[in-house]
Amino acid sequence: MATVNAEELGAPVIDINAEEVKKELLSKYPTKVARKRAKQIVVNEVAPDGAVPEIAVNVRTIPGIISQRGCTYAGCKGVVLGPTRDIVNITHGPIGCGFYSWLTRRNQTKPPGPEAHNFMTYCFSTDMQDEQIIFGGEKKLRQAIQEAYDLFHPKAIGLFATCPVGLIGDDVHAVAREMKEKLGDCNVFAFSCEGYKGVSQSAGHHIANNGIFTHVVGLDDTVKEGEFKINMLGEYNIGGDAFEIERLFDDIGVTLISTFSGNSSYEYFANSHTADLNLIMCHRSINYVAEMMETKFGIPWIKVNFIGAGATAKSLRKIAGYFENKELSALVEEVIAREMPAVEKVREEVKANCEGKRAMLFVGGSRAHHYQELFQEIGMETIAAGYEFAHRDDYEGRRVLPSIKVDADSRNIEELHVEPDPERYRPRLAPEGIERLAKAGIELSGYEGMMAEMASGSLIIDDISQFETEKLIEIYRPDIICAGIKEKYAIQKSGVPMKQLHSYDSGGPYAGFKGAINFYREIDRMVNSKVWKYLKAPWQEHPELAAKYVWE
Amino acid sequence: MLLRHTPKEVKERTALTINPAKTCQPIGAMYAALGIHGCLPHSHGSQGCYAYHRSTLTRHYKEPVMAATSSFTEGASVFGGQANLLQAINNIFSVYEPEVIAVHTTCLSETIGDDIPQIIAKARDEGKIPPGRHVIHANTPSYVGSHVTGFANMVKGMVDYLAKSNGHKENRVNLIPGYVEPCDMEEIKRLAGELGVPHIMFPDTSNVLNAPQTGRYHMFPPGGVTVEELALAGSSVGTVALGRMASGPAARALDTKCKVPCEILDLPIGLKATDAFIDTLRQIAGVTVPDSINIERGRLVDVITDMHQYFFGRKVALAGDPDQLISLTQFLVDLDMWPIHIVTGTPGKKFETRIKEITKDVPHPVNVRATGDMFLLHQWLKSEPVDLLMGNTYLKYIARDEDIPLVRFGFPILDRVGHSYFPTVGYRGGLRLLEKILDAILDRQDRDAPEESFELVM
Repeated sequence: MATVNAEELGAPVIDINAEEVKKELLSKYPTKVARKRAKQIVVNEVAPDGAVPEIAVNVRTIPGIISQRGCTYAGCKGVVLGPTRDIVNITHGPIGCGFYSWLTRRNQTKPPGPEAHNFMTYCFSTDMQDEQIIFGGEKKLRQAIQEAYDLFHPKAIGLFATCPVGLIGDDVHAVAREMKEKLGDCNVFAFSCEGYKGVSQSAGHHIANNGIFTHVVGLDDTVKEGEFKINMLGEYNIGGDAFEIERLFDDIGVTLISTFSGNSSYEYFANSHTADLNLIMCHRSINYVAEMMETKFGIPWIKVNFIGAGATAKSLRKIAGYFENKELSALVEEVIAREMPAVEKVREEVKANCEGKRAMLFVGGSRAHHYQELFQEIGMETIAAGYEFAHRDDYEGRRVLPSIKVDADSRNIEELHVEPDPERYRPRLAPEGIERLAKAGIELSGYEGMMAEMASGSLIIDDISQFETEKLIEIYRPDIICAGIKEKYAIQKSGVPMKQLHSYDSGGPYAGFKGAINFYREIDRMVNSKVWKYLKAPWQEHPELAAKYVWE
Repeated sequence: MLLRHTPKEVKERTALTINPAKTCQPIGAMYAALGIHGCLPHSHGSQGCYAYHRSTLTRHYKEPVMAATSSFTEGASVFGGQANLLQAINNIFSVYEPEVIAVHTTCLSETIGDDIPQIIAKARDEGKIPPGRHVIHANTPSYVGSHVTGFANMVKGMVDYLAKSNGHKENRVNLIPGYVEPCDMEEIKRLAGELGVPHIMFPDTSNVLNAPQTGRYHMFPPGGVTVEELALAGSSVGTVALGRMASGPAARALDTKCKVPCEILDLPIGLKATDAFIDTLRQIAGVTVPDSINIERGRLVDVITDMHQYFFGRKVALAGDPDQLISLTQFLVDLDMWPIHIVTGTPGKKFETRIKEITKDVPHPVNVRATGDMFLLHQWLKSEPVDLLMGNTYLKYIARDEDIPLVRFGFPILDRVGHSYFPTVGYRGGLRLLEKILDAILDRQDRDAPEESFELVM
């Protein structure tokens, strides 16, 4: 251990050999565990063509190895459907699942008026009892839907299956169909998102998105006014991120048809096929929806990133570039020029305090990538990163898609077969348009992944464990770590500040220009907080004994 | 309005729970298990359960909450979770080296019907449990009871697996503190110490979930009842269990298993319940109550007399766990306040009976529901408004919509600190509750007072 302990040796981090660190991380594991984890821990090496080493990801969590991951239900009900305000989401199961996913992710929403539907503050559950486990829960579920309908008359009701529901064989989809027909003016749909499915939340995202795509998208053909109509995919309005992005869209004159799913509504989803471009924020949770919308409706997609001021400017320019409109481009430049001075002022100030400090990011399916830009902007380097539930394309880029092997766990998650909609399919771009965009450097359907943008020699760790986290802290003593609430206090108890990047602690927004300013200030506050100097009492710093009761 | 769809009229619901005032068993079991020194709680189910429980406990305590999981997949759900648990036990002892693994089940493994004792026996046979280390378990099906039941079951599991009778009684009392905060457990120990009563407390999350910042992280913090102490609990002269629902089953199990007699009392929240606790402990141990405790009690009574004018006749709505609510309702009644709407999500008929008995002299109709939810509570208080709300953080939505002051009390508290550091049990805890209630009431009076009657001296 001592050979790589930077603090003891006083050696600069650059001299820490990542391969040695990897050995250290694996050293205590039983052989089988070590063998598996060895494939999930990779020392990055970026080839001139952008190719990176292969990493084993989206594989089962090892029982007993403390992981950050949650379940399919969490990804489906919590992450994807959670931020939509006007669907009554009924959890079918014992009370816990509904309770834990009740308002805890800090998704914000702004209904259009005081009368508009907003059910996000409510938790609905069938609170399954042993009687239902034994005799079946469909009857209670039906009754619960009726009671919800009678009380609220929502436009839509979503049903979410929890673990025991799958086991006892309740057919949530049949109940949904039956009740939809019975109620007449309420769309009822169900999600088989039992927690044991898949290997992480990612499966739940997929199930949720498939459900919304199947049951909601395309129901409303109203064509809204607006020259540049877009959807925002994979943005969940944590801490108000979507509000800041919406502000920028308003300012550049782009019409947002629907966000999936931050600050969203059922009606926005229903109308989303009328947009002319899909923007993807979180590639992991939703890239397949963009693909399906392209196939079914002819809407192209581009990858954007509104995390970081530079990335925001780049993404706005990319949108303007796609629409090939000079006025739009001019407006984008105007907005960037208007916003950047305030950003630059804070950035310079914060950079002076943070330059050279080192961060580690272990979070999500896109945030460990996106937030590296923000750290870069204030002169901080990301020395290790990894996702909690991502797939190979999120690490290595979409170039590896054809070579990803589909294992049994992934096969359990339904892949929708989509064909062009006979009435609604309308290709937005002719082949020559695509070519023109390519020449202008606007890449459609592309994502290079996280690793290509990280330094060679940095550590990439998928589904990091508690043990590995502790080892990394011991070896590197990073200046800050970003992860989730479960990791937060163990890291901070080691004297290292920890920023939550799932729910942002209590902060945000961190997207867009204003968000960048918030984040710079937040990181400055955290890495330079006085409190880290007070961990030892004076008598612990200087424990030498003195004579008794002597004043001098 | 944040709860804009909640109508005033109550329509009985038979299937839909809205805004629950409870959660599921396993989280209570996880919390209890953290009160054993060197213990890693283990959730036998899919990994979402432990992720949710760890997250919720972490948000409440702002402390590391470590636990492991069997990470069920589709296969395990069909063929049973034995292989997963065996692998988990092996990995946990190899990598994290706890002294104890405390396994609790989930709705998933309960529905499958995994036989945990058999799996533990197999793990032992296969040498997966190192010598001197322990694996204990509790069945905690999420579709029965609530988080309180889960806590009770895991505490009982500690007795079932670890308490031993060494053939004679030793001069010592077992204290089962109930599903309370780490600081409450500390306060109960302090009171026993003031009385001079030797004791073993289990579980004990003090110094686990309110541990100091030292710059060094230890997966197993210094607090918690040790395995040795749990063994000795079987030879104590008696057990005082606080909170019938959370502590009763373990106390009775210890009586059955090791013939340690028990007294099951209400949680010592408020004057009367603390009196009962001190008086019982005094009699069991045959000690005289020292003046230090008389002084503490006198101070609490003094503040009640001083501030009675602000408490008298104020209407209160409460949501929380049965053991807490029983003592708290009694305390409010003793202050001449009127607790008029009371819900717990935890099922149990006795709760309603107890509350009705405690509030029988309140000069106002009292609504109480054991299988209620916060939606119902909100509807009740739309018809019959109150001056004060007491309960967990989720009540803040009702508080804001109805413009009623809220005193945070119970679990979970996700938006404030203090609950894990400043006790609400004992006389000192009573003082803190009075301070919080008074602050809430007088802050509101100050906010609403017309200029001419806004006063310096209150």
